[in-house]
Amino acid sequence: MIDNRNDADDDIMARNQWWDVWDQFKTHKGAVFGAAFFFFVVFAVYFGPYLWSIDPTYIDVRARNQGPSWLHPFGTDQLGRDMMARMMAGGQTSISVGLTAMGLALFLGTLVGVLAGYFKRIDGLLMRLTDLFLALPLLPLLLVMVMLFRQPLSSSFGPETGIFILIVTAIGITSWMPTARIVRGDVLALKEQEFVLAARSIGTRPGKMILRHILPNVMSPIMVSATLGIATAIITESALSFLGLGFPPDFPTWGRLLFDATDFMQQHPERVMWPGLAISLTVLSVNYMGDGLRDALDPRIRGL
Amino acid sequence: MTAIPTLFFISLIIFLLLDLAPGDPTASLPLTIPPEVREQIRQSLGMGEPVHIRYLLWLKQMIWSEPLFYISESIGWIDTPDTVRLISWQTRAPVLDTIFERLPQTIMVVGLAYIVGVLIALPIGIISAYKQYSVFDQAGTFVSMIGFSIPPFFSGVLMIILFTVMMPNDSFWWFPSIYDTTLIIDSWENFGKQVRQMVLPVMVLALQTTAQISRFMRASMLDNLNQDYVRTARAKGMTESVVVMRHVLRNSMIPVVTVIALGIPAIFGGAIITEQIFKVNGIGQLLIVSIQASDLPMVQTVTFIFAVMVVFFNLFADIIYGILDPRIRYD
Repeated sequence: MIDNRNDADDDIMARNQWWDVWDQFKTHKGAVFGAAFFFFVVFAVYFGPYLWSIDPTYIDVRARNQGPSWLHPFGTDQLGRDMMARMMAGGQTSISVGLTAMGLALFLGTLVGVLAGYFKRIDGLLMRLTDLFLALPLLPLLLVMVMLFRQPLSSSFGPETGIFILIVTAIGITSWMPTARIVRGDVLALKEQEFVLAARSIGTRPGKMILRHILPNVMSPIMVSATLGIATAIITESALSFLGLGFPPDFPTWGRLLFDATDFMQQHPERVMWPGLAISLTVLSVNYMGDGLRDALDPRIRGL
Repeated sequence: MTAIPTLFFISLIIFLLLDLAPGDPTASLPLTIPPEVREQIRQSLGMGEPVHIRYLLWLKQMIWSEPLFYISESIGWIDTPDTVRLISWQTRAPVLDTIFERLPQTIMVVGLAYIVGVLIALPIGIISAYKQYSVFDQAGTFVSMIGFSIPPFFSGVLMIILFTVMMPNDSFWWFPSIYDTTLIIDSWENFGKQVRQMVLPVMVLALQTTAQISRFMRASMLDNLNQDYVRTARAKGMTESVVVMRHVLRNSMIPVVTVIALGIPAIFGGAIITEQIFKVNGIGQLLIVSIQASDLPMVQTVTFIFAVMVVFFNLFADIIYGILDPRIRYD
């Protein structure tokens, strides 16, 4: 036996995989900009209200339909509510929905993908289920689901929480399929590798095996689908709000603000721009982040 | 093969989902109607029956009575069946008649947008891949990123602001933001009007298509451009245009064609929003209106038609992939 410990000690910077990923990620300018912008938006909508303390629902009829000014940097709406405060409140909802729905979709997708890939017996069944979900017409179905469960949920959890649960669940259970497919493919390939055989030969149980050996190795595709999932969830939520089937009217989200502003498009076109730009730029930054992450996590590209 | 069971299963899911609906079709009727009459109205709409009876009835109407009715209408060889047709709760008209009235508008706008989008996307994808990392490629990447990120409900509104609100009315670049379905194309002038009113919705939908297909085309071209057969073709002294347009393009088109086929149902779904913005009274707008009126037969049927489209185009993509690529064989 040759002692390798000295070599390892010489290499003072003990680097794990994630440092390499970060180095590669930094070379992708768009991705860094995207990540920075996304964190700025998240920070602004969650901590902005502490600095900008106007109540988003405060009605000041005498100050209605104002353009941008120092008092109201984004102007005011037809009831004199401050647009900047409303944008922050709306962003909180939109981003919360995006993050939570992405989390749910990711959980479901990973669960189905790992189970299907690891246990051969239920593979066929789970993949047929995935195909079935992929064949569902998603947007119409989402609309139908929102129509059906809006009333019972808002009566049992209150209008805001009820709709939040409803929309997050609806988006979550209609967008886990791509993740499941990718994860299953990776798990199938991993299962044939020697380290899994080694782990099995020392008697590792399936549960431990999945948590210790399989899951850490499928983290990269999961992270990429996470970023893309945020983008789709934000767009879907805004689309539902835009069609008037999202959150209640007095509860601002970016989609709802855009929808409300279209009625005043002729007189105040700038009011459409704020929520529209917020949605588009957030989604754009998340997409760029996902692009950079994909490159950074792909070992064939990394280090070139 | 699995398409038919999938469709049955989807229709069952949609039916059971809708069955949970708390929405009452008599809710919008005047309050002066006494409760027993209200109950009778509900019975006449077929709501008294148990779920499985209603589902089987709907299924029978959908796959047996309605096709039979249309066949006998069109060829007249057989008598019209005496079964009850599928009736909308809202309009009291046959559901499928209403859908067939709405379909042409949707197909015209969505179909044209898809064709325009694909026609723009393919050259962009080819050039981007051939000149990888060039200015054109960078610009193409950026534009398609924007196409991905700007949702149709913002790009549509933006187009209306630019081309309808801000543009002077007598300018050539002014386009109507409301789609007029009553327009009958009987003269060149009306044809021009039709073209003009289709510009904005088609542009919005085409932007989305272009973004997706051009990315896919680029990736597929890049996969093929570095292959050995391309080097062989060049070594044999073929001109660059033959190498790219014949050898590489043909092979790259195989996955792209399936993606184009798979995208068709998605764009019909996405058209719901575009139709809402530009007031096109197509099938998406019909779905929204029926949802708001809790017109269950209509919602059920329209959703089912969307599902049929998804399943059909999936099947179509599978078949066409097998035909185009002899390496793929289905058992």
